[in-house]
Amino acid sequence: MQSHILSMILFTPLVGAILLLFVPKDNKDAIRWIGNIFAALGLLVSIPLVPLFWAQRAEPGFKFLEGTANNWIPSIGAGYNLGIDGISFLLIMLTTLLGWVSILSSWTAIETRVKEYYIWFLVLQTGMLGVFMALDFFLFFVFWEAMLVPMYLLIGIWGGPRKLYAAIKFFLYTLFGSVLMLLGILFLYFNHHTLTGVYTFSIPELYKTAPQIPFHYAIWLFLAFFIGFAIKVPMFPFHTWLPDAHVEAPTAGSVILAGVLLKMGTYGMIRFLLPFFPGVAMDTRVRGWMIGLSIVGILYGALVSLMQKDMKKLVAYSSVSHLGFCTLGIFALSPLGLSGSVLQQVNHGISTGALFLIVGILYERRHTREISEYGGISNVMPVYATITMIMFLSSMGLPLLNGFVGEFTILQGAFMENWKWAAWSVPGVILAAAYLLWLYQRVFFGTVTNPKNEKLHDLTPREVLTFAPLVIMAFWIGLYPKPFFEILEQPVNQIVHTVRPNYPGLNGVVNASTQPTMPATEPEALIRAVPPAANAKGKK
Amino acid sequence: MFFLDHIWLIPLLPAFGAAMMFFFGRKLQKPAVSAVCVGVVVVAFLMACGAVWQYTGWTTANGNQPYQKIVYTWLGSDTGHMNYVTHDGQTAAVFKTDVGFFLDPLSSVWLLFVTGVGMLIHIYSIGYMAHEGGYYRFFGYLNLFMFSMLMLVLGNNYALMFVGWEGVGLCSYLLIGFYFHRKSANDAANKAFIVNRIGDAGFLLGMFTIAWYFGSLNFSTVTQLARENYNSLLGSPIITAATLLLFVGACGKSAQLPLYVWLPDAMEGPTPVSALIHAATMVTAGVYMVARSNALFVLAPTSMWVVAIVGALTAIFAASIGLVQNDIKRVLAYSTVSQLGYMFLALGVGAFSAGVFHVFTHAFFKALLFLGAGSVIHAMSGEQDMRNMGNLAGKIPITYRTMGIATLAIAGIPPLAGFVSKDEILWRAWLASPWLWAIGFVTALMTAFYMFRLVFLTFYGQPRMSHEVEHHVHESPTSMTMPLVVLAFFSITAGWLGWPGSLGGSNHFEKFLEPVFAREGATVEAAETAKPAGEEKGGGIEYGLMALSVAAAAVGFGMALRAYSKAGKDYPEPIAVAAPPIYDVLYNKYYVDEGYDYLFTGRRKLGEVRLGAMGLGEASSWFDSRVIDGTVNGAGWSTRTFATISNWFDKWVIDGLGVNGPAILARMLSYPTRLLQWGLVQWYALVMVAGLVGFAFYYVYH
Repeated sequence: MQSHILSMILFTPLVGAILLLFVPKDNKDAIRWIGNIFAALGLLVSIPLVPLFWAQRAEPGFKFLEGTANNWIPSIGAGYNLGIDGISFLLIMLTTLLGWVSILSSWTAIETRVKEYYIWFLVLQTGMLGVFMALDFFLFFVFWEAMLVPMYLLIGIWGGPRKLYAAIKFFLYTLFGSVLMLLGILFLYFNHHTLTGVYTFSIPELYKTAPQIPFHYAIWLFLAFFIGFAIKVPMFPFHTWLPDAHVEAPTAGSVILAGVLLKMGTYGMIRFLLPFFPGVAMDTRVRGWMIGLSIVGILYGALVSLMQKDMKKLVAYSSVSHLGFCTLGIFALSPLGLSGSVLQQVNHGISTGALFLIVGILYERRHTREISEYGGISNVMPVYATITMIMFLSSMGLPLLNGFVGEFTILQGAFMENWKWAAWSVPGVILAAAYLLWLYQRVFFGTVTNPKNEKLHDLTPREVLTFAPLVIMAFWIGLYPKPFFEILEQPVNQIVHTVRPNYPGLNGVVNASTQPTMPATEPEALIRAVPPAANAKGKK
Repeated sequence: MFFLDHIWLIPLLPAFGAAMMFFFGRKLQKPAVSAVCVGVVVVAFLMACGAVWQYTGWTTANGNQPYQKIVYTWLGSDTGHMNYVTHDGQTAAVFKTDVGFFLDPLSSVWLLFVTGVGMLIHIYSIGYMAHEGGYYRFFGYLNLFMFSMLMLVLGNNYALMFVGWEGVGLCSYLLIGFYFHRKSANDAANKAFIVNRIGDAGFLLGMFTIAWYFGSLNFSTVTQLARENYNSLLGSPIITAATLLLFVGACGKSAQLPLYVWLPDAMEGPTPVSALIHAATMVTAGVYMVARSNALFVLAPTSMWVVAIVGALTAIFAASIGLVQNDIKRVLAYSTVSQLGYMFLALGVGAFSAGVFHVFTHAFFKALLFLGAGSVIHAMSGEQDMRNMGNLAGKIPITYRTMGIATLAIAGIPPLAGFVSKDEILWRAWLASPWLWAIGFVTALMTAFYMFRLVFLTFYGQPRMSHEVEHHVHESPTSMTMPLVVLAFFSITAGWLGWPGSLGGSNHFEKFLEPVFAREGATVEAAETAKPAGEEKGGGIEYGLMALSVAAAAVGFGMALRAYSKAGKDYPEPIAVAAPPIYDVLYNKYYVDEGYDYLFTGRRKLGEVRLGAMGLGEASSWFDSRVIDGTVNGAGWSTRTFATISNWFDKWVIDGLGVNGPAILARMLSYPTRLLQWGLVQWYALVMVAGLVGFAFYYVYH
């Protein structure tokens, strides 16, 4: 029996967007209510997935499969094919949660073109969910590109003073990466045909053939995919679109951008880069570069954060540092590194999402993000100051809050591979305390020196409600992360097994037979496989 | 076995108090706040006593084992499917860290004095903070601190210890910055947290090294493995690295060179905080950690030497700064750093139980000194500068007497607590190296001097405060003096628990700790007996050293007496008179803070150059906006430029020359033809007529 829960989760926001088309644009409150209801509904329909998934967390492979391969456009082998494992499950839950939170946070922040705003936001939500659910490369790419447009519009229409510059930079930069990825996808697609005689974009099918590509081709494919994903993450040195996009985006856009969109890059690395090209991923030089870029990102992002004068830019650069930890975990290529990385992606969504909300709240009241404009805010907004402190501590990895669990696991995973990797990354933890506490001191401590800050009102109940789930999640992951580890261990062990079949102690991996055998094909055959678009037509 | 089975309640009770303050503190009246927050700590103390009492019974029945109570799996999973590879590259270890509690003699000692001293300081704070704002906030933080400290002490593995470790750091941060209106307080708080984080980074890496080598972070597993493989692991570079990294963590938390800089600044916090966190409990966490890892440290002689030398240097370094400071709390702060140095000296020479014993006695007399200082400050309407005090002995007699007892204790006057524990350390230092003993001995002299200087400047001499302040001087309320008296009692008697054998005692304290340091005791004893007739000769030397250190205390007392007992306004500082440059260096704390600001933080510029973290940050920011983003924007710009050129080319060359060019040519060629055909019918007719006329003429005249 097929369950359609994934499709329901996927399309609930889109239904809301379509419904909103029929609401008159002047009726702003109705639009806000409908937008919020569908965002909340998006979260609600995803909640039954938790017990359902929990029950089968230890089973191998993708779960909640929907559709069959090639059922959408059979002539080219594209399918509407959904399925999740523990990694995508956590990211989907993060997406539905943050989607709701950020739409709730937009109630008073968005006053112009309200209707379009909510429509695009809901469309964006569907696009992101699709990326995490798709088991077909064609479908994946459609969602991957589809979510670019709404984000572009969110920044470009509802953004700050330099919104057009930021929006275009974001769009073009990401598109550049996607094009490279598309080339990579097509190579895999034709390669699969060469090896099996079947045209398909089905990801589980491609898993079988992609690892057989010989190294000197695989390395270029790896790079094509890597650049596509690295721009999205963003890894140093592909990160400069991020501060611009974050600073200019509306608060909710920043929350989603940091919370979910960046995770699409890391997700892509885990889902595709490692299992498709295990030989390249394990190559000493390639791995050294990946780890090196991650470590540079950790330290560099933190150092740049330290000197920022704009709060939002500071948080944006801190994302570069935190995502550096995530990629470090990925390329540590061990169960600890990978599960820590996924956990840290969730943590980053929660903590940095909250940090952007925090900045947004001050911005909404004062319309400036300059740190020097503030000081002594804890005198006038004590509840806000308390929540900020908790989220800052979570972001800097204080034990018993979420950030620590992820960082600790990643660092231990990295240390077990090479102690130097952990040793170089650890200063990032120190710097995180420095830039966050210094920010806190300048904004919240002292006396109110700027008369404009004297009358700021504390959080409204709606604003508290936006923070509540994030604070609860921060404590949950910090105090009791075991369920998260148990959800992650099967898929993570599976991936490590694919990349490093001899890694000891990989329990719970059932299909041990998918070990890649290399190389099965002559390079010439592959070259011939690339061009024949005519061949595809011929098959029709 | 109620108390042992419910040992998890001991840290949870203060956590509950903190949570109550977090959610409802604003709405509660002060008495309600005190009732909840002090109440939970009192109950925790009683439960701790019960637990230790039951433990002593339990452990004799169970072969001196530590008691463990696992509550739940924290990091990792129960399925055994989350594994990592240890040092040999083949063995998989399960990634699983419990929230589990661990009680053995070592944690018992900490458990008792943390809850005991903590309880007294909570009671003291009721009076001290009575007129302060943020009362509930203060007690909430204090309870949170108790929770973290108890987690640190009771955790059964390194990761959980790290939870408490960072937790106490957070509370320290919050409480140093309690007066958050003051910039100096916030700066001090940040400094404390960030310097501690440097230590924590070392702790983390040390922890990973242990996990990598032993495949576990559990104290009992690691200790057992280390002891079982004593012979093969002795001197192993990995263990040396692990222990040195752990010691970096200890240097941060316990304020040792070179990471001690945060502790003197931490005096910005309210005085009860200085007493509880920055003197009695939290700063001894490093000692606890090293003592807890004793099985590893004895495997690494190099690390032991490092610990001993760092401890000895810190002791004398901080004591020398303390000689000339004028802020009453700063003197005590440097004294704390110096005493912590003693403790590490003890650990480093293998005298683990002596180090722990000094932690124990120090907790009482140093807490008493701080609380006494708080009482003085309270009496002096907030004045902390000893230059503005004097002649308070008669006006605040309880404070004077109790502080006097604490001073005698810390100076090492027999038979008070400090004498017993300090002499044990000096004796063991002598056995390791006379040089270490010499440093400790000089430090003891300095300690006596600066402590009696403090007492004389505060309680004797002429009153140097303003009349208004003098008029207000009053003894503190009972809630403040009662803890002073209790602590004074323990400052006298706590040492008797460990009365040394050479003075006819039986050192119950060391015997109690024996199971923890069992193997270490054995090795050190073996080393001692290896010396020819060491035991016999040791007795004589031990008495001699004892007499020397008592004499040092007496000399320190005498010097302070001469210089300060009659101090009037503008009294001279003997060191400033004798050697002004030395005084300047000491008074400015060897300019270490300034040096760090130039080199590491970058808060000060060296000329035009900014170094340190901020310097790197500035350079990275510049690099980011100019080079990296410059490249991106450059790519965009060159694309646009290329597009502009293409546009021009398209317009003028392709469309101009290629398409419109032929058109223009055709048009030019068409001009003459066009003249013939311009569509006016009359003209055509005229031309036709003209033609006809022309032809007619031709034919007619031809």
